[in-house]
Parts: sequence; C-alpha cells; structure tokens
Amino acid sequence: MRFVVVVKQVPDTAEVRIDEEKGTLIREGVPSILNPFDEYAIEEALRWRDELGGSVIVVTMGPPQAEAVLREAVAMGADEAILLSDRAFAGADTLATSNTLARAVSRIGDVDVVITGKQAIDGDTAQTGPSIAASLDWPQVTFVGKVRQLGDGVMVAERYVEDGCEVIRASLPVVITLLKDANTPRLPSLRGKMKARKMEIPVWGIDDLGLEPGKVGLDGSPTRVVKVATPEASSGGEIHRGEPGELAALIVDRLLGGEVE
Amino acid sequence: MASIEVRRDACVGCGACVPACPFGVISMEDGLAVIGEACTLCGACESACPYGAIIIRTGEAGGGDLSEYSGVMVLAEQRNNEVDHSTLELLGEASRLAEVSGEKVSVLLMTARPGNWPERLISHGADIVYVAAVPELERYRTEPFSRIAERVIREKKPAVVLAAATTTGRDLMPRIAKYLETGLTADCTELAIDDETGVLLQTRPAFGGNILATIVCSDTRPQMATVRPKVMKALEPDSSRKGVVEEIGILPGDLESRTEILEWLPLEEGEVDISEAEVIVSGGRGLKSPENFALLRELAGLLGGSVGASRAAVDAGWIEYPHQVGQTGKTVQPRIYLACGISGAVQHRVGMQSSDRILALNKDENAPIFEFCDHGYVGDLFEVLPLVIKEIRRRLG
Repeated sequence: MRFVVVVKQVPDTAEVRIDEEKGTLIREGVPSILNPFDEYAIEEALRWRDELGGSVIVVTMGPPQAEAVLREAVAMGADEAILLSDRAFAGADTLATSNTLARAVSRIGDVDVVITGKQAIDGDTAQTGPSIAASLDWPQVTFVGKVRQLGDGVMVAERYVEDGCEVIRASLPVVITLLKDANTPRLPSLRGKMKARKMEIPVWGIDDLGLEPGKVGLDGSPTRVVKVATPEASSGGEIHRGEPGELAALIVDRLLGGEVE
Repeated sequence: MASIEVRRDACVGCGACVPACPFGVISMEDGLAVIGEACTLCGACESACPYGAIIIRTGEAGGGDLSEYSGVMVLAEQRNNEVDHSTLELLGEASRLAEVSGEKVSVLLMTARPGNWPERLISHGADIVYVAAVPELERYRTEPFSRIAERVIREKKPAVVLAAATTTGRDLMPRIAKYLETGLTADCTELAIDDETGVLLQTRPAFGGNILATIVCSDTRPQMATVRPKVMKALEPDSSRKGVVEEIGILPGDLESRTEILEWLPLEEGEVDISEAEVIVSGGRGLKSPENFALLRELAGLLGGSVGASRAAVDAGWIEYPHQVGQTGKTVQPRIYLACGISGAVQHRVGMQSSDRILALNKDENAPIFEFCDHGYVGDLFEVLPLVIKEIRRRLG
C-alpha cells in the first residue's frame, strides 16, 4: 500500500498576538510548526503501512524552509519526502495549491491513499483535500474520525458529521482528510531523527511537475485577498471581584437568569 | 509568472506597508520598502500603500464573458428530507445581496422527498427553486451531489453560489469549484457587493481569527463561498411571496458513486452536540487535570447544558476532541457560555464569540477573556465552582 501524506508548514496561530495599539499581528517569535492536524495524518499512514507493508511519502508545497516539516515527518517514520518549491508557486490559493499537489501525487504514481489533516490552522479552509481529490478525479472522504479497514482495494472509514457518524466504504485510490479523533501521533524515534537529519530531500519545481504557469501560484489562483483587517477590539465586560461566595452568588444569578428570582 | 515590485520612483518610505503585511516580511531600507523572500503575494501591502508604489503583476489572461452570469444560487442542505436552518440563513443573505443588483435568488434542493420545502424556500426568499428529487439523494454523498450541482450551475450561470460551511458544504463546494475552475472562499462571516465593480466581497477570519481577510474572485464565475452557520439572518417567512419551482432531471451517470454509506450512527442520547447546546460550561488550562472536568459536568448537568473545552485542555488529553470549542474545534452559539480557567486566546474566541452571553471565571485578572466577556469574575475556580453548584442546588431546591 502506497500512502502520500500532504502536510503544511504553518505559523503557530496560538502564539500569534495582536498589537492592540497598532492593530497588527505580532509575528516576532512566532514559531513555524507542522500543521497540528497533519501529525494525525502522518500517524495514520504510518500505522497502516506498519500493518500492511508499503511506503509513506510525505509531500509539502512551500518555500525552501518548509523542508523542516518534512524532516519532522521522516523522524516520525515516513519513508520518503518531497518538497514542492518554486517561486512560481507563490501566492497560490486553494485551487492552485491543489493543482500542484495533485500533479505531485500523479508523478509519484501508484498511490493508493492520500491523507491530509482536516484543515491547516493558518488558512482554516479545509478545501485543499477535496480539491486534490477533484483534480485527480478520485473519491474523497472528509472529516474522518477513524479508519476502520483498509485493503483489497477498499477503505471503510467513519466520517464525523454534525448529527452523528457515517460509516463509509470507498474504493481505492481515495483522498481522506483526518480529524484529531483518529489516533495519537507518535513521537519521533532517535533512529528516525538520525535518518531525518541525513536525508536528501528532492525539490520539485514547476518544470518537474510539467505544470503550466497559469495553473499554479498567484496566476493560477482565481481568488485574491484585497483587504486584511484586525477584528475590532471589544470594550470588555463588567468585571467582578470578591470573596468566592460572593462571586458564586453573582454567577448563579446570571446562570439562572430571571427564572428563579 | 506573478511577481511583486516596489516602484522606486513612487515609494516615499512612509512605512505603511510594514504593519500591513500579515507575514511580517517587509522592511524599510534606505527609505524604500523591501519585500522579503517569504512573500506570498497576498496583496495586503498593495492595497495598504497610499502611493500605489507596490505592484503585484499577474500573468493571467482573464476569463470569458462574465456578464452571462447573474443572480445568487444557494445550495440547500437537508437531513432526513428536512432543510437545515443554515439554508434559510443563506437565503436571507442571498436576498440581501441580490437586492443590490436587482437579480434573482435561486436555490438548488437535492433530496429524496421535497415535501412542501419548495414552497417554504420561496417564503424564505427564493425566486426560483430547482428540485432534484430521487430516492438515492436521501443522504449527502460527494459524487452524485457535486455532479448534479455542477451541471445545474453550468446551465443556470449564477454569479454567486453559496453553501453552508458545514461538513456537507465543505465537502461539496471545493469539488464543484475545481470542476468549474473557479474560486472558493471558506467559512465566510460577512458578504457584500462592491459598489464599483459589483464583485462579491467575501470576508472571513484567518490566522486563528487574528485577522479578517476580504477575498474576491474577480475574473472567473461563479464566485463561490461557504458561509459559517448561525452568522447570517434568515428572513421571516412570507407565504405571499411568489416563486417558480423547476424540476431538474437526473442523468444516468449522476448517481454513480465510488463511496457508499454502509451505516449511519446518530449521536447517542444525552450526548448533546455542543454546537447545538443552549448552555455551555467550558474549561481550559486552568482546570489542571482531567478529574476536575467532573466539576464542569456536574454544573452543566444541573443547567441542562453541555461541557466545552479549550484547545489547551484537549491537547493535554483532559477531555475528548468533540468538546473542543474554537478555530480548530466547533463554533458554538449558546444562550450562556461560562468559560472557566480559559485565558481567551483568539483561537478559542472565534468559536464562541457569538454566544448570547459570555461569563468568564479566571484567577488571572489580565486574562484576555476579560476583554470580551459580558461578565468577568476574578477568582479561583476551585473555590468558586463548588459554591456555584451548591447555590444552584439550593435555589432549585
């Protein structure tokens, strides 16, 4: 079984702060991390490879420094890594990104399952997975909380939706997007870290992928950001201080509203 | 290939672009703006520059005849043949947008049994209801739904297509957008029509809610967006409204699917989906251990509510992911949201800020949550919560 895991390097949005005076993002000291959802995607691929045999190839599109998240995946146990990096890829929206990633999957060849995290925490679109599936004309199963069964050309997975869970059977090849419910990601092993440090990571550009400039990067992106604003800071609420008993009484007043008094 | 350029003749070194860059890659050198390598060509600096000194050049040729497209189409979402409330919200928003241009609002309903929903959709603002009804459309499945929707959109040529940002909408819309090679904006919280150009201005939170980005799709049609549920307002139903119902024929290949729903497991009773809860008692890092969530469960139980959690608490393994509220969890809008030991990071805030009333209990009086809650209580939750529970028991008898 051949797995491709699509990952992304993102700024740790939990560490992003707002400069309230200037109304801008403070990015200084904000670390770049492997998109948290993608750790689960890597883990899922590793588990099934360990059970069924095969290989896990991890792919990302980004600037040269995005290589760091590929090494992280290799340290966890991925067999191969490919960086898609080219100045022509810059400014890509989800359509152009998925064009690029889908072409990489085709070029890798003989792939059975593409796994990616539910969404990336910087853009939060959750669009790239389904868009890759559409580009490849493969079936897709999104919001997967558990992969129950894999093999013999079939996958059975649980898809978590608003009102419950759908148990879905999909034929392979398939693209799935994974929730954090699916597993617990492993920590990198010492051996994995050694391998990750030494591994030569191939870089594929627009020519390697045989893509036209109009399909990638800003030129291949129908959407464009025209304005960026910071949400309005609110004035803040009424703040109460006091003994625990006083606070508790005030909270209960609010919780029960007019229903009791 | 696209590129970004700073016009040396026009740049006055005012520095307005530096804070405008969400990626922090612009610096000032010798009185000129210099764009760093990590630039993503997002365009924020281009629009922020008062002198027009920053130019992003694209190599795109521009699309076909955009004037063929008009009106707003909503893709209806249904479960068990009942239309979801999010669809009515979208119709309300679509009516507001279409009013500006005097165009039509249409809705595509794919279902097994339409019942009286076509009329009800008209009463909620639709001018035209397209109905595709066959038993195989009972539950949402990616391929049949995306295939039928794609065909209807190609034929009817709406300028704007909207769907709810639910698990269905977020599965369906990227697929259609790729088939149509057009733009899609995820999870919008605000939509408007640009006065000058008539394009759809699609505003959405990004970077964990730290910024609001406004996105346009200028050169391809339709302009597609998923819209966050419970943000837009539905119209009051008006049964005197007139509209047209048109049946959509199903073609032989439409229903083929490489995925199949084997089984459907509804949420167990008592296992309230927090996105539907009226009262939520939520805990964060301040809870300190998984055992302490028992306090919250007890309180939520007394109030008939559900237990929520911040990402920090879920990441620490204290409570399961379905309880997570925030950017990477669920968006909730209860009547009352009580946040206990939650600092109020933006990533949490975006998931609960539309609650009717936000109460916050935290011992750190500088916690950001006190800046946007309605009522803040500075105190130790381990002292206060047991007293809250005791007091509620006393008052409720």
